[in-house]
Amino acid sequence: MIAKILKYQLRDVMRSKWIIAYALFFLGLTDILFRFGGDGVRVATSMMNVVLIVIPLASIILGAFYLYNTREYIEMLLCHPVKRHQLFWGMFLGLGLPLVLAFTGGVMVPFIYHGAGPEAWTAAGMLAFTGSMLTVIFVGIAYYLALRFDDRIKGLGLALVICLFFTVIYDGIILLVIYMFANYPLEKPVLALSLFNPIDLGRILLLLQFDISALMGLTGAVFRDFFGTVLGMAIALGSLLLWLFVPVYGGFRRFLYKDF
Amino acid sequence: MITIKELDKHYGALHALKSVEVDIAPGRITAVLGPNGAGKTTLIKSVLGLVKPDSGTITVDGTEVNGDSDYRRKIGYMPQIARYPENLTLQEIVDMIKDIRGYSGISGTSKHFSGDLDMELWDRFDLDTEKDKPFRTLSGGNRQKVSAVLAFLFRPKVLFLDEPSTGLDPVSSSILKDKILAEKKRGTTIILTSHIMSEVQELADQVVYLLEGRIYFELSVSDLLADTGQQTLERAIARKIGQNGAVASRNGMTQGHRPADGQNKPVHDHYAEREQTFVTEGGTS
Amino acid sequence: MIKFKGINGWIVILLAVAGTMTTATPPSVEASSLSPGQTNRVFNIGEGEEYSRISDALEQVSDRDTIRIHPGVYREHQLIVAQSVVIIGIDRPVIDAGHQGEGFRIVADSVHIEGLEIRNVPTSHSRDHAAIRFDRVSGGKIIDNRFDDTFFGIYLARSHGVEIRDNQLRAYQTREAVSANGIHLWNSNHAVIAGNIINGHRDGIYLEYVENSEIYDNHAVNNIRYGLHFMFSDDCTYHRNRFEDNGAGVAVMYSKRVMMEDNEFLQNWGASSYGLLLKEITDSEIKHNNFSGNTTGIRAEGSDRVKIHYNRFQRNGWAIRITASSMDNMITQNNFIDNAFDVSTNSRQNNSTFEANYWDKYSGYDLKGDGYGDVPYRPVRLFSLIVERNPMALMLLRSMFVQILDLTERIMPTITPETLVDEKPLMSEVSL
Repeated sequence: MIAKILKYQLRDVMRSKWIIAYALFFLGLTDILFRFGGDGVRVATSMMNVVLIVIPLASIILGAFYLYNTREYIEMLLCHPVKRHQLFWGMFLGLGLPLVLAFTGGVMVPFIYHGAGPEAWTAAGMLAFTGSMLTVIFVGIAYYLALRFDDRIKGLGLALVICLFFTVIYDGIILLVIYMFANYPLEKPVLALSLFNPIDLGRILLLLQFDISALMGLTGAVFRDFFGTVLGMAIALGSLLLWLFVPVYGGFRRFLYKDF
Repeated sequence: MITIKELDKHYGALHALKSVEVDIAPGRITAVLGPNGAGKTTLIKSVLGLVKPDSGTITVDGTEVNGDSDYRRKIGYMPQIARYPENLTLQEIVDMIKDIRGYSGISGTSKHFSGDLDMELWDRFDLDTEKDKPFRTLSGGNRQKVSAVLAFLFRPKVLFLDEPSTGLDPVSSSILKDKILAEKKRGTTIILTSHIMSEVQELADQVVYLLEGRIYFELSVSDLLADTGQQTLERAIARKIGQNGAVASRNGMTQGHRPADGQNKPVHDHYAEREQTFVTEGGTS
Repeated sequence: MIKFKGINGWIVILLAVAGTMTTATPPSVEASSLSPGQTNRVFNIGEGEEYSRISDALEQVSDRDTIRIHPGVYREHQLIVAQSVVIIGIDRPVIDAGHQGEGFRIVADSVHIEGLEIRNVPTSHSRDHAAIRFDRVSGGKIIDNRFDDTFFGIYLARSHGVEIRDNQLRAYQTREAVSANGIHLWNSNHAVIAGNIINGHRDGIYLEYVENSEIYDNHAVNNIRYGLHFMFSDDCTYHRNRFEDNGAGVAVMYSKRVMMEDNEFLQNWGASSYGLLLKEITDSEIKHNNFSGNTTGIRAEGSDRVKIHYNRFQRNGWAIRITASSMDNMITQNNFIDNAFDVSTNSRQNNSTFEANYWDKYSGYDLKGDGYGDVPYRPVRLFSLIVERNPMALMLLRSMFVQILDLTERIMPTITPETLVDEKPLMSEVSL
């Protein structure tokens, strides 16, 4: 049943103008960077900034809009013999998958036709992975918000605030903490803080890929000892998965018991 | 066919349904009426499983509504406002619903009692000419026609029709009414909501009137007209509520003050609009 | 420039040919037929030869004799070379010191050692054991030898004009305290160190009180401390060397008039790691070098009048970190590409000049069309100052918040050094 819902869902979303625009945005940008910069690692590094800002914002806004707009459609489907949990996963994957495909496709295709070395492919792969994770995480948050608040102005407003919080404000707080407690051993608390922000987590995973030599400098030992180990990597990935699971599960529970 | 016992529902502080008890007889057309906010939509959504009641039981054709979705095989629903995926064509939308209902690959006919699926309305609305257009390009009337087709498609035992003639031109509206009466003849149980009292009078056998979350009265149309000595349903309901004048005026019973000639379009549009805003604000009617 | 290099190369080849010709033309008479006191004799050493041990032959030789060591493993150590002889290995014989003591100790001028492999010179905390040590001599050549698991490889003490060429040195220690330098020069002038590969030592090449020496075409990789380490060594030149994956690249300290050209500084990572560390260096020149993938490309402390030009800085954490105590340095015509930080400093003071460099982060325009941007470029980011003070803040690198901070500071500088500005940033890369 999930597959049936997903099939039509994908057909619908893949034909929409905004998903095509979204894919073309990444394709165009990556292509231009290739034409200006040349080598693949540089392109991936430049795309990193874009990915960390655009993907959370786009995913959370599109996610909230999408769910608000399909409200009547969801009601209509629920009058048919469709189970709520099936419909939820159909709707979630129905938006998440096209967004992931549009992003990874948009970024990867120029790497194929411009040609890139193995190092650039690793970088691009890491970029695609992090971007995809951030996409589903923020679609999950958006779904939770849209199901929690029937008032769409409230839901969209909150989505924007959450996005702003994670992209900007949270890092400001971290910097403040670093300054206020400069005389204490801060490595572990700050590392722990970074686990509570999916964008920071994604950023650090990418930093380790791209700016390793810079990070190996002053704080190098800390990062290497933590993210360099299997345990550290597992914790980082586990945190990302938790970030994926918690909002999606919250949305899922809401969807099961919601009055439409 | 549908039995509702002690149904209670709160939306926060709002007590939307207060221990509602209804028994809807099979093979008849029952109109659920009442002013905005009386609990009509909540009642119908509870039966459809869209709203989870606080307490009470609902039984549809012997199956209790308890979260399982299977009983909805017996139900066809025509919503007041229909929205389908914007970029799917009309044909794809029909295919999708068939797919979900497990009828994929089976084609229907417009012959009444032959074939698995009932495509009569599809043919009579002449939707074949529109079938490759994406949903977003369809006019309001055509959207409504799609909803009607899908409601009747699977020959359901129970049909819910929410303001069925909204947005339809007179010809299509008339086709739909013929279809409704034909389905009734076939033995289908039909539940109808409408703000057009002439339409209700024309179609319904039974009226369930809701007020402030309670069943105010439940009477057959003929009994209602006879009781009140009125010619039209609208007048009859106004009179019926007027018998309890205090309640009526407190609740601003607009239907009661409407002139006899107010049964046509402009008035209905006005109501539809109000109903629509209310639903989008949180579905607490 | 290229032409000069070419001529230099030819001279090297000619010298080498001349060297092999003199050694390859010993009298064809048997060594045993020569009477003592005669010069240009040949001593053959090996199984079935006249001598089976090198030390026995060394006791018999006199100046200008040749020792030919035939293939085999010679378990000998502390071989004192007191005469100006030529020692040639045939098919690379192995001298295994068996962790007993030093290898050769050369106390005569103009000794030539070629084609040997020297192994297992022991680590010692009290004595500077070396595979080959020159002690107070003048002239000498160490050519095409292999050094495997030696404490010091080649050690020059108060020896002048020695040439060390095309040797390969390999050591295996992992801790600084128990390892020693590959090529170690102390109080020795006019040395030539060329074409050597040094791997796994403490410092690849170490110079202390060395003057007028030339170091080129060497490859120092994986050494525990520095690839090349200069102390109090004036008027030296090093060029075309490659320093890769060393603990901390190259350190040039307390020296004057050092010429650094055409070197590669690659992938030197670590908390206190640099491509090139300049400490109290004056009147020197850094030209046509490539700094790539280092934690810090160049760190300059208290260095004055150093000219840094025509270099490429790419993918470093910091391209240049310069302390305010450095005066009158000239940084011009360099390419700065994909560095996390281009320039960082420790104060609002700046006493060096940055001019006409290419900065990939520069986003100005050139309406005049003269190839220079019309808007000055400030290479010091606010964030780099934050990181200097609070290293942990580095984890916010590339955060949106930090980018906003940097932008604000760039528009209205209040913390970053006001005078550290490139007034004429180049619009396109300098072709090097």
